[in-house]
Amino acid sequence: MQNQISAPKQRLSLSDPKVRAWLFQIITVVAVVAMGWYLFDNTQTNLQHRGITSGFGFLENSAGFGIAQHLIPFTESDTYARVFLIGLLNTLLVTFIGVILATLLGFIVGVARLSNNWIINKLATVYVEVFRNIPPLLQILFWYFAVFLTLPGPRAAHGFLGSFFVSSRGLNMPAAIATDAAWPFVISVVLAIVAIVFMTRWANKRFEATGVPFHKFWAGLALFLVIPALCALIFGAPVHWEVPELKGFNFVGGWVLIPELLALTLALTVYTAAFIAEIVRSGIKSVSHGQTEAARSLGLRPGPTLRKVIIPQALRVIIPPLTSQYLNLAKNSSLAAGIGYPEMVSLFAGTVLNQTGQAIEVIAITMSVYLAISISISLLMNWYNKRIALIER
Amino acid sequence: MKMLKSTLAVVAAAAALGLTGFAQAGAKLDAIQKKGFIQCGVSDGLPGFSVPDASGKIQGIDADFCRAVAAAVFGDATKVKFSQLNAKERFTALQSGEIDILSRNTTWTSSRDASMGLVFPGFVTYYDGVGFLANSKLGVKSAKELDGATICIQAGTTTELNVSDYFRANNLKYTPITFDTSDESAKSLESGRCDVLTSDKSQLYAQRSKLASPKDYVVLPETISKEPLGPVVARGDEDFSTIVRWVGYALLNAEEAGVTSKNVEAEAKSTKNPDVARLLGADGDYGPQLKLKKDWVVQIVKQVGNYGEMFEKNLGAGTPLEIARGQNALWNAGGIQYAPPVR
Repeated sequence: MQNQISAPKQRLSLSDPKVRAWLFQIITVVAVVAMGWYLFDNTQTNLQHRGITSGFGFLENSAGFGIAQHLIPFTESDTYARVFLIGLLNTLLVTFIGVILATLLGFIVGVARLSNNWIINKLATVYVEVFRNIPPLLQILFWYFAVFLTLPGPRAAHGFLGSFFVSSRGLNMPAAIATDAAWPFVISVVLAIVAIVFMTRWANKRFEATGVPFHKFWAGLALFLVIPALCALIFGAPVHWEVPELKGFNFVGGWVLIPELLALTLALTVYTAAFIAEIVRSGIKSVSHGQTEAARSLGLRPGPTLRKVIIPQALRVIIPPLTSQYLNLAKNSSLAAGIGYPEMVSLFAGTVLNQTGQAIEVIAITMSVYLAISISISLLMNWYNKRIALIER
Repeated sequence: MKMLKSTLAVVAAAAALGLTGFAQAGAKLDAIQKKGFIQCGVSDGLPGFSVPDASGKIQGIDADFCRAVAAAVFGDATKVKFSQLNAKERFTALQSGEIDILSRNTTWTSSRDASMGLVFPGFVTYYDGVGFLANSKLGVKSAKELDGATICIQAGTTTELNVSDYFRANNLKYTPITFDTSDESAKSLESGRCDVLTSDKSQLYAQRSKLASPKDYVVLPETISKEPLGPVVARGDEDFSTIVRWVGYALLNAEEAGVTSKNVEAEAKSTKNPDVARLLGADGDYGPQLKLKKDWVVQIVKQVGNYGEMFEKNLGAGTPLEIARGQNALWNAGGIQYAPPVR
């Protein structure tokens, strides 16, 4: 009985790895919180001491300056909060258009680099090597100062069809002004889209059941054109066109794409597409040639082979690096400050910061916005990546 | 446990640091004297105010003002280091302590004076106002004819606000295109991106002189705002802001008393005028009261010149800018430059 070893007591001891692990976790949390609190408190104290007004109250004040491009109505007496919103929308606009165009161009160039046609192949190679290796800011400045600003002034603008005008003030085009028939038209477009969705489902089901293919694309296009066209015939034209006219200094009426937007979008598209092209090429290359041979031996023609066999497998390799290219594009849009496009950094972290002097608040808001935009893109792309990932059976 | 203790120590130290750190009066002046030079924020290139010359030395009335402060504080006008800043960077640079003085054609307004942790000592280097520079091909004679015009403006300036005020008050429409630097604005005016460029009038003359064919551009007659341009310092050291203010007044008083860089040493030795004797430190303790040497004004005027000399050298008839004194003449010569007396 004496020799019986008593069960070890459950005591907290530093020799217990579990206890140590917890202790380090706690220390880390305390250190991080303390550091954050210290930075916050120190900043507050210093701001107060130097007599710098802090807080977000300034967002309610009237801005008092004009903005070249605003997607929502804006007058000089609107608040800084609205200026923020306009900057955000302008950033999102460039990012959205840029991502779509860069993806299209990138895919085309990426496939072209694998082409058997010598000229197409070499052209794509030159494109990638040139645009990938020039810093994006230089490309933006090039498109802006060397291309768009060298166009003639508005009084000597190049006109097309009497309603499109290209000048150093940008691209002026007719504006669509909604008429009474606009709502029925919108409803008819929605109807057409619903019809296309149902048609696609039916065609897919029939294909799986019987193997008989259906011309989904042409049928869809027909639905999309015929239903709204019928609607327009019944209710009348959904829009009337307001053609820009040269009046005084500039064109009045119609829509205008300002050269800052054109230069920025074009530069970012061309730059990012060069990277996307390489990603697409590597994705396609990663699918082994055996897949192509297998598809061909099953009697698939080159087109369907690419669309139904190669691309779906290549996408698994393409999507993750593609996400980071989209993030780069969103972040590079802040380079617009160099050419005066009114996006977040130029408008909010530039003009608003300077007019109000609220450096910390403005920069904090701006950083959070880019973080939010980037995380949204990441989440969206991760979701898509999961959807197309190879499901192993 | 040792680790936890040290963490706690860090937290305690952090709290202590966060709660202390109140600067005393004179702290900035002490710091400047200790490091031995003045860090002066100037523009990113504005002829007449602050622009690098062929040898890289910053020339202009704003740069010379900083040299005058250095002459007063150190007795040596060369003890200045310059930081070239654009309009957007300037206030943050001063708030963060990166520069000691901002002498960068900056308009004195109540909000800048009160809410940004900055203070305008009160000396106005140049009384200015916003105007318009237009291509003469447009045939515009007055700013009132600018309805629908596209206007190039430098981002983050009071000009942005004043233009908006003017067009709203006169019920005119305009499209603003804002750039970070004045060079970009000028390039855009030349390329025809904008119909007019707007800025402080002094800058318009300066920018016009930099264009490829200055003759094709006219400055419209209207002046649409008051833009008193002067140096700015950070809050928290009244001794230093007082020095900056009185360096400005010393420049004006020297001109008023007829003391120039050529005669200042002779005057300091032999003047019979009690006013000049006080100004130049031959009589009284006015320098030491400001925490400067007795001969502070002698050093300023000898090394940099009086206000009139500074103006003529950088902006006046002998320069490409050819700006007349106008409002910037002394109060007894038809202008509004007026300095309180040294006594």
